[in-house]
Amino acid sequence: MAIEYLGLSSINGPLVVLEGLQDASYDEIVEMTINGSQRKMGRIIEIDKDKAIIQVFEGTEGMALRNTHTRLTGHPMEIPVSVNMLGRTFNGIGQPIDGLGEISSDIRLDVNGKPLNPITREYPRNYICTGISSIDGLTTLIRGQKLPIFSGNGLPHDQLAAQIVQQASLGDDSDEEFGIIFAAMGVKYDVADFFRRTFEESGVSDHVAMFINLANDPVVERLITPKVALTAAEYLAFEKGMHILVILTDMTSFAEAMREVSSSKGEIPSRKGFPGYLYSELAALYERAGIVAGRTGSVTQIPILTMPNDDITHPIPDLTGYITEGQIVLDRELHSQSIYPPVSVLPSLSRLMKDGIGKGYTREDHQDVANQLFSCYAKVGDAKALASVIGEDELSPIDKMYLNFGKEFEHHFVGQDPHDNRTIIKTLDIGWKLLGMLPREELDRIDTKLLDQYYRPSQVTEEGLLKEE
Amino acid sequence: MADATKTGVIFGINGPVIYLEGDPGFQMNEMVYVGEEKLVGEVIGLTLDRTIIQVYEETSRIKPGQLVYGSGAPVSVTLAPGILSNIFDGIQRPLSEIAKIGGPYINRGVSVDSLDTEKKWNTHIMVKKGDYLLPGSIIAQVQETRAIVHKILLPPTVEGYVLDVVEDGDYRISDALLTLQKGDGKEQSITMMQKWPIRVPRPTAKRFPASRPLITGQRILDTLFPLAKGGTAAVPGGFGTGKTMTQHQIAKWSDADIIIYIGCGERGNEMTQVLEEFSQLIDPKSGNPLLDRTTLIANTSNMPVAAREASLYSGLTLAEYYRDMGYHVAIMADSTSRWAEALRELSGRLEEMPAEEGFPAYLASRLSAFYERAGMMQNLNGTEGSVSIIGAVSPQGGDFSEPVTQNTKRFVRCFWGLDKSLAYARHFPAINWLTSYSEYLTDLAPWYTDHVDKCFMDYRNQIVSLLTQESSLMEIVKLIGADVLPDDQKLTLEVAKVIRTGFLQQNAFHKDDTCVPLEKQFKMMEVILYLYKRSRSLISMGMPMSILKEDTIFDKIISIKYDVPNDRLDLFDGYKNQIDQFYDNVVARNA
Repeated sequence: MAIEYLGLSSINGPLVVLEGLQDASYDEIVEMTINGSQRKMGRIIEIDKDKAIIQVFEGTEGMALRNTHTRLTGHPMEIPVSVNMLGRTFNGIGQPIDGLGEISSDIRLDVNGKPLNPITREYPRNYICTGISSIDGLTTLIRGQKLPIFSGNGLPHDQLAAQIVQQASLGDDSDEEFGIIFAAMGVKYDVADFFRRTFEESGVSDHVAMFINLANDPVVERLITPKVALTAAEYLAFEKGMHILVILTDMTSFAEAMREVSSSKGEIPSRKGFPGYLYSELAALYERAGIVAGRTGSVTQIPILTMPNDDITHPIPDLTGYITEGQIVLDRELHSQSIYPPVSVLPSLSRLMKDGIGKGYTREDHQDVANQLFSCYAKVGDAKALASVIGEDELSPIDKMYLNFGKEFEHHFVGQDPHDNRTIIKTLDIGWKLLGMLPREELDRIDTKLLDQYYRPSQVTEEGLLKEE
Repeated sequence: MADATKTGVIFGINGPVIYLEGDPGFQMNEMVYVGEEKLVGEVIGLTLDRTIIQVYEETSRIKPGQLVYGSGAPVSVTLAPGILSNIFDGIQRPLSEIAKIGGPYINRGVSVDSLDTEKKWNTHIMVKKGDYLLPGSIIAQVQETRAIVHKILLPPTVEGYVLDVVEDGDYRISDALLTLQKGDGKEQSITMMQKWPIRVPRPTAKRFPASRPLITGQRILDTLFPLAKGGTAAVPGGFGTGKTMTQHQIAKWSDADIIIYIGCGERGNEMTQVLEEFSQLIDPKSGNPLLDRTTLIANTSNMPVAAREASLYSGLTLAEYYRDMGYHVAIMADSTSRWAEALRELSGRLEEMPAEEGFPAYLASRLSAFYERAGMMQNLNGTEGSVSIIGAVSPQGGDFSEPVTQNTKRFVRCFWGLDKSLAYARHFPAINWLTSYSEYLTDLAPWYTDHVDKCFMDYRNQIVSLLTQESSLMEIVKLIGADVLPDDQKLTLEVAKVIRTGFLQQNAFHKDDTCVPLEKQFKMMEVILYLYKRSRSLISMGMPMSILKEDTIFDKIISIKYDVPNDRLDLFDGYKNQIDQFYDNVVARNA
């Protein structure tokens, strides 16, 4: 006995107000019919006695105060989940748009998810080999981690994410069941298409579920897109035991959609107009990565966000960095030197790295080599700054060595061919070769025994040092 | 006590805030149960025509017209044996019990006891019939964990004659231990368990000035910027600078008796890590797992925001309870910014007038009230105990001028500022020695003189002065390079480098370096300054710095932290000899 309510009392941007409601609950989903034909979905975001504020997912175009019929569904947003979701394409609110019909499943899950109990989590320790030196060597990705890519407009974050997907999923243990959930929020058509093609080319399409909200799709819809995608991911990982890699792009659009709704609701803004609950909302998404003790699957997240004006202190990257377990930062200067992937090494970090590398995981010297490379590369910055004042010729011999080290490091360690899939051993060996350019006394982060075992002074030739292979 | 049968009717819902119609007679800060699922909430505002409640759980599916039930008491924590080695959410619900009921996810409206009410504790009674007991008296004790004896306290609000008392034996926390006749003639039976409202500080007899350091085993903290027992410290830093790591290190190695670790709005995996690590790591003092002296409060960033606001107070009240037993308690609050943001979020939902950056105007007073609950106290029962608070601050954009950092700075006396550029160079702990400070230095100087060495403070000041000189010299070096400096300044730079890499940098993953006793810290300073003194006399004899650097002595001193085990401090004499040799060699070769 569904009651239909006719008409609305106001429409403001993506929000509508409906009065005279009975038995509506907070966060409930409503179905709206406009002019008897067009159907939209909405969510109740505030209730005041019999008056509800509803956020309409598909936008309020075409809606008038008198032509809308609203029906309560009695439950929050739910989607049917099934293994058959892999290989399919959905819109931003989880409806199939590939013409292959509905997902039929008895299991429907609330997209809001529930917080994982910290004591049932398992601390992530299994490293994922991505074949990219700057990631494997210095900011190692761990299964169950959330490691965002902080990028800027025009930087190759999409290529990098695609490369990670290709090389990580087809790694040594491809016998394990894996899946990719791709959620696009407010991205350009070309970007969505690039990912689709990449998945096809690498033959993983039937392991991918795509949730697409394009740049010209309704703004409110993209607020729900990552939740829908993560609900599917959690089901596949924790109920079906699969290793799921989730790519969320672009988190900036998600946060901006939230600001848009908040401002039409007349809420008090905090920083740069974003609502005070931006942190909680982002956390509710990012914290859905992880491993549950006693279950085989895992959810690993690679959110991509474009930093407005390349500003890492902007609220979106800032709050993200406080929640995620590290970040990979891309750098415009490296990109303009045609170095791919242009990973800015110093601000990049993987918090879970320390427990997933070293003896028994990668190689015993991994942590020390990574620390030493970070520390030496930090000194390169000082040498560069000095050189720009007094000129390269005036530098002391040791500063010159650092300058050379920096160049080789950027070109041969950070930089690599987009199809180059390096093993972790190769990455570490390149690291040692680079460290060999510096005198042994400069290496203060490495255990003496490891230095004895691995350190060999490198011959620096005119063309640079790593050309010999 | 208000009666617990009052009910109100829900009128409006906005996120974690709900409104009730009229005034059902609830009191301010009363704990209430919301809707059919009985979600836990707290009354935060009362007017004649509406009551405002913040709900500690997700409010999806709540409807107007549903009922809210009063509990008659303010939001409280349960105090009794069983708190240690446990992990609670922000309102003291044990997460392990929640997991037993709800599986891997935290469901709503879970009703569990805060502490195990069935477990029997072997109790030793310490009072006898006829004793007159003052508030807060110790009436019994229980071996709560291998490391900690839990003293059962009379609630601070009760006193009277013991009419009747049980024998030593095994009792549950709800079993009556004794009957008390109060001043008004009424009898009251006393159990091990008492409840205390989280927003009310537990009473004490007297406050002592700071006089003893909280020894953390971290060189830059203990030597350069010490924190007193009962003191307050703030650890601000952008993401990735090592706030959490610093807190973990203090929680692991500090000489507090009890650690309360509050994960407030932080990562789930971090809490899992603390739980795993602390149950394996052994406390060097007692030989028991660190978890035996630790309680965790986990309100991760994806758990409801109102409980995040409460979690800090829950932790603080637990800490005060253990202080009342005469223990030194250290609270790690990670992070107070998330707590402030929870305030902001709730304030925004209440449509309050915002002050700076959307934070409510009462941010400063709430922060000051929180930090003032720290202190070295004489308890009601005559014992001495302390609560020290170490609060992490996560400033937006790593910018220390934002309101939470600035207001925190006003109320703490120790400031350990973390620095992004140090973290980028992987210099850990990334505490900036130029911006950090400790106001406890003068208070603690006598202790260091008496307990470590009379030269301690003098050496410490020399180290700081060398580092300050280095920073002003670096300004010049950045402009014209180091080569043009006179040799004595080159030496300053070289020694400052030894201090930075050999003393300030500390490796949390190295078995000896992770926690360093004060005596070794002192000896390290001594050797570094000795090297400085001898080198300076060489320079004044006209030896250039380039000759001094030919020797490997500088590198040897840097690796003292690894090469001298914490229990082989006799090796330090060898280093002094080596410095003398180095001196003689240089003189001989260049004579």
